[in-house]
Amino acid sequence: MDNKYETIIGLEVHTQLDTKSKIFCSCSTEFGSEPNTNTCPVCLGLPGTLPVLNKKAVDYLIITGLALNCEIAFYSKFDRKNYFYPDLPKAYQISQFDLPLAKNGYIKVETEEGIHRIGITRIHLEEDAGKLIHEGSIDQSSGSLVDYNRTGVPLAEIVSEPDIRTPEQAREYLNYLKKTLEYLKVSDCNMEEGSLRCDANISLRLHGNKKFGTKVELKNMNSFKAIEKALAYEQKRQRKMLENDKKIVQETRTWDENKSKTISMRGKEEANDYRYFPEPDLVPLEIDEKWKKDIEERLPELPAVKRKRFIDEYNLPEYDADVITDSRDLADLFENSVSEYKDAKVVSNWIMGEFLRLINEEKTAIEDTKITGQLLAKMLKMIDQDIISSKIAKTVFEEMFYTGKDPEEIVKEKGLKQISDQGELESLVEKIIDENPSVIDDIKNGKDKAVGYLVGQVMKETKGKANPQMVNKMFKEKIK
Amino acid sequence: MINEEEVRYIADLASLKLSEKEVEMFSKQLSDIVDYVEKLDELDTEDIVPTAYTIPVKNVFREDKVKESLSLEKVLKNAPEKQADQFRVPKIIEED
Ligand SMILES: [Zn+2]
Repeated sequence: MDNKYETIIGLEVHTQLDTKSKIFCSCSTEFGSEPNTNTCPVCLGLPGTLPVLNKKAVDYLIITGLALNCEIAFYSKFDRKNYFYPDLPKAYQISQFDLPLAKNGYIKVETEEGIHRIGITRIHLEEDAGKLIHEGSIDQSSGSLVDYNRTGVPLAEIVSEPDIRTPEQAREYLNYLKKTLEYLKVSDCNMEEGSLRCDANISLRLHGNKKFGTKVELKNMNSFKAIEKALAYEQKRQRKMLENDKKIVQETRTWDENKSKTISMRGKEEANDYRYFPEPDLVPLEIDEKWKKDIEERLPELPAVKRKRFIDEYNLPEYDADVITDSRDLADLFENSVSEYKDAKVVSNWIMGEFLRLINEEKTAIEDTKITGQLLAKMLKMIDQDIISSKIAKTVFEEMFYTGKDPEEIVKEKGLKQISDQGELESLVEKIIDENPSVIDDIKNGKDKAVGYLVGQVMKETKGKANPQMVNKMFKEKIK
Repeated sequence: MINEEEVRYIADLASLKLSEKEVEMFSKQLSDIVDYVEKLDELDTEDIVPTAYTIPVKNVFREDKVKESLSLEKVLKNAPEKQADQFRVPKIIEED
C-alpha cells in the first residue's frame, strides 16, 4: 500500500482449553448442556468455597507455550481481576496478572509479502465467565437471563506483540494459532461455540515514527474473515481521518456484517480499573525443569515442520502438503497409509479426493471416521494387483469409510472382484462388437476415440468390474 | 491521604452510592487507615523479595475428573428471580 502510514495491529486470543472438568471445580465443561446444570458452589461463587486448580489446564497451557516458543515461568501465580457484571458471579475473575505462565514467544507467518515474525507477549490461564442472554431487543428488554455453565471453563489468553502490520498477517497469525492449538489437541478452536475468540487493536502512525498512534479496539467478531475485514476497514477509515487532520478517538468498535463497516460500541468501555491483587485462595505454581521436560517430550511435530518434511520426504507437491497437514488427523492418516503403500502421491490423491469429499458430505470430524491408513494402503495394493478396478475402489473406499471393514472382505461380500478372466472378457467384447456395427465402422474409418465408448459398454455390462485395460486391448486387437 | 475525589472513584468502582456527608467521612477514615498502614514503610525491606503468600505451600492440584454438579433446584434456590432455569437479573444499563 503506497501511503505514508504504517499500520500497527495487536491481537488478543482467548481459547477454551479442552479439559473435561472446569479449571477450579469438578463441574463438566460440556457445551450445549441445559442451562445451569453444570454448576456448583465453587463456580457459582458461593461464600465459603475454595478453588482447586485443574492440573490438566496447566499442562495444556505449558505445551501451548512451548509450541509458541515461549519461556515457561518457573514461578507463577493467580490474581483476582475485579469488575461487576452479572455473568461473573464472584465479581472477580481469577486470572494471571504480573506472572503469567508463559511469555516472550513468537511465531513466523507467511503472506505474499514474505515471512514475518510476530512476537507473543504472554499466555496466561484464566477462568471463563457465564453467558448472558438479553430478553427481547437490548433497549426494550427489562432484564437478562444468566446461564453459569461456562463459568470456570479454563481459558488460555494469548496476547501478541504489536508486530502485525497488515490484515493479511493478522489472518495468517490466527490460522497458525488455530492450527497449532488443534495439533496440540488442547482446544477444538470452534468459533461458533465460542471456544476461540479474538479481539484486536489497531492504530496507524507515520512511517519512521516511534510513537504509536491512538488505538481502536475491535471486539465481538465471530470469524477470522470478519476480523480481517474489520481490520482492513479500520485501516482505511483511520488513514482517511489522519489525512484529513481529524483526531482518532480511542474507543471500542465492532464489525457490522450487514453494513460492511465497523461501528462504535459506545458506552461499553469506561476507563477500567481492575484492581488486580494476588488470589489468596490459591497457592503459587512452580514449574520445575522435569515437569517442563516431560511436556516437551509430548510436543507433536508442528504443522509447518510437518509440511516441509512431507515435501522433502515424500516428494509431495506443496499444494498437497498444505492440504494434508491442515489437520493432524489427516496427516496421521496419510503417514499411516504411506508406511505400507509407497506411492505417496496416490495416497495423497485418495485423501484429498474421496476422503475429504466424504468428510465434507457427512460433515463429520476426521477422527470420527472408521477408515485407517492400513485399510487404505491395503485397498491401493488391491488396485495394483488388478483385484479391483480404480472405479470399483471408490465403492470399496466408501464402504471402508462408513464401516471400517477390511477391503478384501468388502470385495468378497459385494462381489466386486475385477473380472480379469481372458475368456469371460473375450465373450463380452465379442458381444459388444456384434451389437455395435456402426461404431466398429467408425473406428475402422479412423475414429479411434470410439473405442472408449465400447469399453464403457463392457464396464456397464459388468457393473464396473471388468478390467478396463484388458478390455481396451482386446477391442484394439479385434477391430483392425 | 485519600481525598474526596478518590473516595467517589472507589465508591463508583464498588457500585456504591454515597451522600456528600459519607464522602467526607470516608475520606477521613480511609486516610487514617492508609496512614496507619504506612507505618510499615518504616521497616527496611531492601533485601526482601515481594511476598504474595505467607504459607510455604505450592502446586496444589486436582485431577481432571468430572464430578456431579449441584441439582438445578439448589442452584437456583437463592436466586432473587429466575426464569427458564436461569438467573434473571436487571437489565444491563449501557452507560453514556
Ligand atoms: Zn462448578
